[in-house]
Formats: sequence, C-alpha cells, structure tokens
Amino acid sequence: MGRGWVGDGSGLTGWRRFSRKVTVSGVITAGFELKPPPYPLDALEPHMSRETLDYHWGKHHKTYVENLNKQIVGTDLDGLSLEEVVLLSYNKGNMLPAFNNAAQAWNHEFFWESIKPEGGGKPAGELLRLIERDFGSFEDCLERFKSAAASQFGSGWTWLAYKANRLDVANAVNPLPKEEDKKIVIVKTPNAVNPLLWDYSPLLTIDTWEHAYYLDFEVPSKCQMIFTKFESNGSHRVVFYAEPKSSIHKHIHGQACVMGNGKLKARIRNG
Amino acid sequence: MSIINVSIIFLIAIFAVNIDAGVGKTITMDPCLESMKTASLPDLPYAYDALEPAISEEIMQLHHQKHHQTYVTQYNKALGKLRSALADGDHSSVVKLQSLIKFNGGGHVNHAIFWKNLAPVHEGGGKPPHDPLSSAIDAHFGSLEGLIQKMNAEGAAVQGSGWVWFGLDKELKRLVVETTANQDPLVTKGSHLVPLIGIDVWEHAYYPQYKNARAEYLKNIWSVINWKYASDVYERNNRDQTEI
Repeated sequence: MGRGWVGDGSGLTGWRRFSRKVTVSGVITAGFELKPPPYPLDALEPHMSRETLDYHWGKHHKTYVENLNKQIVGTDLDGLSLEEVVLLSYNKGNMLPAFNNAAQAWNHEFFWESIKPEGGGKPAGELLRLIERDFGSFEDCLERFKSAAASQFGSGWTWLAYKANRLDVANAVNPLPKEEDKKIVIVKTPNAVNPLLWDYSPLLTIDTWEHAYYLDFEVPSKCQMIFTKFESNGSHRVVFYAEPKSSIHKHIHGQACVMGNGKLKARIRNG
Repeated sequence: MSIINVSIIFLIAIFAVNIDAGVGKTITMDPCLESMKTASLPDLPYAYDALEPAISEEIMQLHHQKHHQTYVTQYNKALGKLRSALADGDHSSVVKLQSLIKFNGGGHVNHAIFWKNLAPVHEGGGKPPHDPLSSAIDAHFGSLEGLIQKMNAEGAAVQGSGWVWFGLDKELKRLVVETTANQDPLVTKGSHLVPLIGIDVWEHAYYPQYKNARAEYLKNIWSVINWKYASDVYERNNRDQTEI
C-alpha cells in the first residue's frame, strides 16, 4: 500500500493512500491489486461466514478489480490512484464505463476495513462526541443506520460519513463555512455510487447488495445481518487527535476528515 | 295467528329496509376507495422443484414465499396508508408514498408475470414459440437464438438489481428487448410496452445456486421459459391492434 503527499494546485493536500501499481519493464500499466481483508476469511464467523468471504471477496471484489484493470489499461485513467479513477470516471453523473468497476473496487476495499473480528462496541472520543451532537445518542445513530440499510430499494451501500462545509447544492462550496455545516451523516447510495463523489469523507460502510448477505441470511433476516455487522464494525478504530498544524488537510481516501484550519484530524489506525 | 304472522313479516320488512338504508349512510369518503382491491400472492402453477436443474427448489421457494410475499405485504400496507392519506386530503403523504408503492407494487407485478413466464420441461418449458410470434422474432432479431443472445447480454449488463424484458411495443408494432432497474415494471420504459417475457436478474433470483455467475443462470433459464404464455400475450395484444 503506497502513501504519497499530494500537493497539487486543486487545493487538496494531504496524505493520500492508494493501491500499489505494478510496474512492468519500466512502463506503468493498470495494475490495481486485490488487497485481502486485514483478517483471515473465517475470522468474522459466525456473523459472516467464510463461504461469504470466499465469494464476496474472492469472486465479486476480485472481478471488479480485474475488469477495472482491463478497462483502463492504456487509457487516460491508467496510472492514476483508485480514488482519482473513481472521481474522474463518475464524470459528474455521466458515468464512463470504468466507473462501476472502480467504485465497486474502492467500496469493497473500504468495506473490509469497516468490519473486523471482535469489533463492535461503541466509538469513543471525538467521534462519539460528534455522533452524540448530530444524532443525540450513539444508539439513535445505530437505529437510523440500521433502518437506512434495511430500506434500500435494490442494490447499494449505507454509509456513515462526515459532511464537510457544503451547501446542499451540487458542486457548490459554502462561502461562509460554519461549525454547524460540518456533521456526521448517514447516507444511502445506489449500486456503485459512494459519497466521495459528493466530497464527503466516508467513515464506515455496509454493503447492502444481496450478495453481501444472501448466503448467510437470505431475506427476512436482513435486519439481523445489519445489526450483527454493525456490531462488528470497527468504529472505535477511527481515532481523532489534535494536530497543531495551521494548513488545511483533506484525506481523499475517506478514512479521515478535517475540521477546518487543521485543528482536528482523524485517521483510521491500522491493525 | 295469520295476523300475527303478517305483522311479523311486516316488521321484518321494515327492519330490513332500515338496515339497507343504514349501510349507505356512514361513509364520508369516496365509495370507490371502499372497494380498493389489495394484492395477494398468486400460487405457483407448478411445484417448487419443477424447474430443476435450471432453477433450484431452494431458490423457487425463497423467491416465491419470501421475496414475492414481502412485496405483496408491503404493497398492501402502502395502499392502506395511501387510502388514509387520500381520505384525509394529506397530499404530501400521498406523494411520499409513491416510491414505496412503485417499488413494492412493481415487485408484485413483475413477479406475478415471472412465474407465468416459467414452466417445467414436461409442461412445455423451453419449447420454442410457434407462429405468429416465431416469425415476428425472426423478423426483428434474425432468429430465436439472436433474441436469446440479446436478452442474455442485456441481462448480464444490468448493474445492480433489475429485470431484462422481451416485450411488444403495441403502438409501433415492434418487438423489443429492454431492461429496468430495481422493481420498475416494463411500462415505465414506455406506456405502450407489453411484457412477454421478463427475467429477474436480482441476485436473489440466482445466488444460492449460481453465486455470482449471472451469465450461467441466464443461459440455463431458457430451458424452462414458457413460450406458450408469451405467444398468447403477443397474439392477444397484436389482435387488439387490428381490431381497432
């Protein structure tokens, strides 16, 4: 997994994590890796069976990555980070063919990190404070999350995300950002769409495509699955800490968020 | 004795008239809504294992008894809420309910067609269509194989959940292959479209048996497609056109 400091002129600076590219004979070609989940495939039993992981990661996720690589080799999207491919292929809603595979590759990678064995419990520290500020209580947030996930029409994802200073207007930037604009939100997205496209910072996600739960739960227990998996979500892995820098940072990978003027910064701690 | 009998009959007659009069009086809303018919889960015209090996018994049972039943239940619930909202003149609730009605009602409509689109092999499943549908297919798609290939390609390309349809455009008198997302019925793609065959490509339609191999499911399902039903619908809707 590579990390690079991005200091481009777009105003987005910060550490950016991206999947490693494979170099063949000095020429960089499309080679996104199928990164394995950070735990053995049977480690989530009994909540999620090994069989599900075998198919979900070993077939679905793998196919997205393989097809994405085939699609972008030799094109303008070749050689970019996964996040860049997602954003560029989204093309403001007029999706290019690579979008579906790129976004699904990103979503699944984020999903495996949103859950972990012996996970669950409650978040702590700054994240808990924000959740309590924006939802009243963690329990309320959890209830809203579950009902959002259970009420998806068709395939999609349910996200806990951080919404930065934005008006609720596409492509607008709030000229007078206030503390109240920044909040934790629960969003549902259809098919492959994810909240990176709206410049939100995803914190957690659950896959609500049928393939995510069908082998283990089938229909009537979808709610049970959601509950169980959220309990497995490593939300306590999101760590907020104070950072005395004055420049504004933004973490594209969605594993962190910024509260303006670099006062607070969040980062998913690995392991 | 006879006077008493007559009196009793007379009293009963008066009473009966009063009962009749009472029934019509208490309603304040449009009597049309009183007779709103709700949906019910249709029986499968074959056993759950009758479509093996193309579609497993496990899938048929889950698909019919759980998925379709849930659409029916939720659709009826939404209709009940719609009735109340209409009665109250609560128009924003009426509007808010539309997406639930579209999704669950669409799920009911689509699956009701789907069960009729399938038939066990020993009852004609997989048997190619006869004229006039057969000639129409050849005219529009080159051959039956050509139609099947197109359906399978479109069905495999549906991203997420949806349906692939073989339909008749009544107005343009053309056969079409279309896809719809989620539980949108074919008519959402055109009000003159009549579904002849619909294939469910939601993951629940094939996952326990085929896992992520949707293309394999699409290849196999043709061995249990009920062309007789498709032909009947085609002839009925084509005939209507010429009678006008």
